[in-house]
Amino acid sequence: MSLVRVDDVSFGYARDRRILDAVSLDITAGDTIGLVGESGSGKTTLLRLLLGLQRPASGSISFDGTPLDPGNAAFMRSFRRQVQVVFQDPYSSLDPRQTVSSIVAEPLRSLRVPGDHTQMVADALASVGLDRDAARRYPHQFSGGQRQRIAIARAIVPSPKLLLADEAVSALDLTTRTRIVDLLRRLGAGMSLVFVSHDIGVVAALCRRIVILEKGRIVEAGETVAVLANPQHPYTQRLLASVPRLKSKDTSP
Amino acid sequence: MTAAAETQAVERRQHSLTLYAGAVLVGIHVVIALLTLVWLPYDPSAMAGGRLEPPSWLHWVGTDRLGRDLFTQLMIGSRIALMVGVGAVAIGAVIGVTLGLLAAFASRWLDDALAATLDILIAFPTLLIAMLVVAASDTASLSTAIVALGIALSAIVARLTRILAKRVLLMDYITAARTSGTSWLGIVLIHVLPNIWPTLSVNFALQFGLAVIAEASLSYLGLGAPPPNASWGRLLQEAQGTVYTAPIGAIAPGVALVSLVIGMNLLADGLREAIDPTRQAR
Amino acid sequence: MSALLDVHRLTIRTGTTTLVRDLSFQTASGERVGLIGESGSGKSLTALAATGLLPAGLVAEGSVELAGQQVIGTPDNQLDQLRGTAAAIVFQEPLTALDPLKRVGRQVAEPLSRRARRDGRPLSGTALDGAVLALLDEVALSDPTRIARAYPHELSGGQRQRIAIAMALACRPDLLIADEPTTALDVTTQAEILNLLDRLVRERNMALLFISHDLPVVANTVERVVVLRKGEAVETGPVATVFGAPQHDYTRSLLAAARSFDDALEGRS
Repeated sequence: MSLVRVDDVSFGYARDRRILDAVSLDITAGDTIGLVGESGSGKTTLLRLLLGLQRPASGSISFDGTPLDPGNAAFMRSFRRQVQVVFQDPYSSLDPRQTVSSIVAEPLRSLRVPGDHTQMVADALASVGLDRDAARRYPHQFSGGQRQRIAIARAIVPSPKLLLADEAVSALDLTTRTRIVDLLRRLGAGMSLVFVSHDIGVVAALCRRIVILEKGRIVEAGETVAVLANPQHPYTQRLLASVPRLKSKDTSP
Repeated sequence: MTAAAETQAVERRQHSLTLYAGAVLVGIHVVIALLTLVWLPYDPSAMAGGRLEPPSWLHWVGTDRLGRDLFTQLMIGSRIALMVGVGAVAIGAVIGVTLGLLAAFASRWLDDALAATLDILIAFPTLLIAMLVVAASDTASLSTAIVALGIALSAIVARLTRILAKRVLLMDYITAARTSGTSWLGIVLIHVLPNIWPTLSVNFALQFGLAVIAEASLSYLGLGAPPPNASWGRLLQEAQGTVYTAPIGAIAPGVALVSLVIGMNLLADGLREAIDPTRQAR
Repeated sequence: MSALLDVHRLTIRTGTTTLVRDLSFQTASGERVGLIGESGSGKSLTALAATGLLPAGLVAEGSVELAGQQVIGTPDNQLDQLRGTAAAIVFQEPLTALDPLKRVGRQVAEPLSRRARRDGRPLSGTALDGAVLALLDEVALSDPTRIARAYPHELSGGQRQRIAIAMALACRPDLLIADEPTTALDVTTQAEILNLLDRLVRERNMALLFISHDLPVVANTVERVVVLRKGEAVETGPVATVFGAPQHDYTRSLLAAARSFDDALEGRS
């Protein structure tokens, strides 16, 4: 069944400069979807609309059958608990003046989630592979990959149904990147995951379904394996041909 | 040890020296100010000796033209200066931080309007604004002077707060706080204030010096605390007529004023070094 | 064989921290060499040290010879000459490498006329304008006349990087150093810029020192690689050998990570 329904959504100030143009998308429970696009594709705007940080100019977004309405406080509180996000830059996404425990506990405090917060934070840290004593330390004491784990812990601590990731591994080193992708894949088993990225290789490794965005429009969508094996739209074909591969080309002149 | 590391170590020693020197200078004034609450060498408003006596063991910096002990008056001046500095900065901070945060969070047009107003206010010298406020209240008293200076400083604080807060609001952890359901008030208290506080507090130390100088100027013009409050500015003004016969009467309040302001500025510099993590040892 | 760039036992320190340790490699004229490493590997510092551009506070020891001239310890004014002719650098972020207040045509004209003066054939007026347009055409910018009149912010990221490459080419260097030149670009733009670099390096018979964290990009661009980790070279050799039969565990782990995404794209995971 459908968890999030994006129905004919457009966003933008003038009719001829649409950031998003008539986008429709169904996110079912337990799905992993990769939103792939280059700069100017509108993928980050779509993510902000899905988070309820901005409202579409036309069209509608509904969550669990209820339309997304920032004015509806009771609905928004349950929505915030169900939908969490991880950002690209692990250096900007953690408040440098707070301890890790206070950072991870923020959704629990703000959304007044019942239960033992200390234990829930410890569980979240454990499930992203961080030591229990990480809780007492500050963000600057961690590497980029560890910081991204902290950000993921904050996102999963209220047990959301949907996790949104905005280029969540793009700022990380290659070896760190594979570990975080593995972590997200493991977490994706228990919730829906929408992974926004320009990196089609990471999306291919992580997502069951893929949506290709170009200039605010969805040009192709489907099962990742099928789309990669047989891309239909010329833009998808060009995108795939542009991705550098390790083997392939002969290095002799 | 390489040259670069040596330079770093020397710099760090200089920084702690700055902080230390500032703390000592300000500390002397604080101790004297506290002392005046319980003990004074002489009655500040009574004749304690001959007129315009030179410095002696009985009168460390001599007496004024009414025969009052000058050192006693300087001590009271320390207390007044500190009260003015603390009071004006506190008022400036409360008004300024509130306005600055409002502007940072406000919608586009309100922010633009507030920013333009602040820019205009800052174009006026602090002293001029303070004089206008005193004139409007039509009684010159110490508390009027403090309120006037606080209002004058608030524009500077507000502008700085607005810029600092806007920078913090761009960070992803603010968006993360919003998607975690944290209210705007919560965002201000938990994220914005703690992150702008270090820079603000350094600025407050500098504003303190500004306020002390401005109060001395107000008193010099007769718009500050009226007698018998011995503000350094009024001592300077009273010594003006006898500056050639008894120069110590003008020099002493000047030295007192400069030492407090320099001390506060050194303290601000030292604080800046101490709380800026990028300048600390790696 | 006399190398165009000969780095021998290069060590870079700041304070008590060693950022690059005992690094040696050579680039022959016309050769394409890649420096691979993750963040903190010292790859960008090595590029700066090769042209004597290390920021103050960083100390280089060992030897760096560029076109037979020792770079370490040589005063800046003597290196200026060398930088203009022997080597030119293209950086990751073209927006910060370009002057925002000057039309790009004028920015390309500067190194062009400097190089021409140095060769004893000064260029000016229409001859210089013509040379600028020819260069913009060479880096495959469509409509060079319009672009020469544009300011950097009016261009796309890919167009700006082409301008930066044109400025590097204007010096007619024997060695082109490219420091993550496509990292800030979209995938489709990256492919175009890599093709352009490949063509230019071959046509002009330049040597290329290509610095990147991206293994597939390096694999398709250079002949020989140096794998850096925390300032030390862990493995050096021809691309086919290093990527085909890696000897060091670190190289193996990098390759395994890169291959996992490759395989996913091929539908094997």
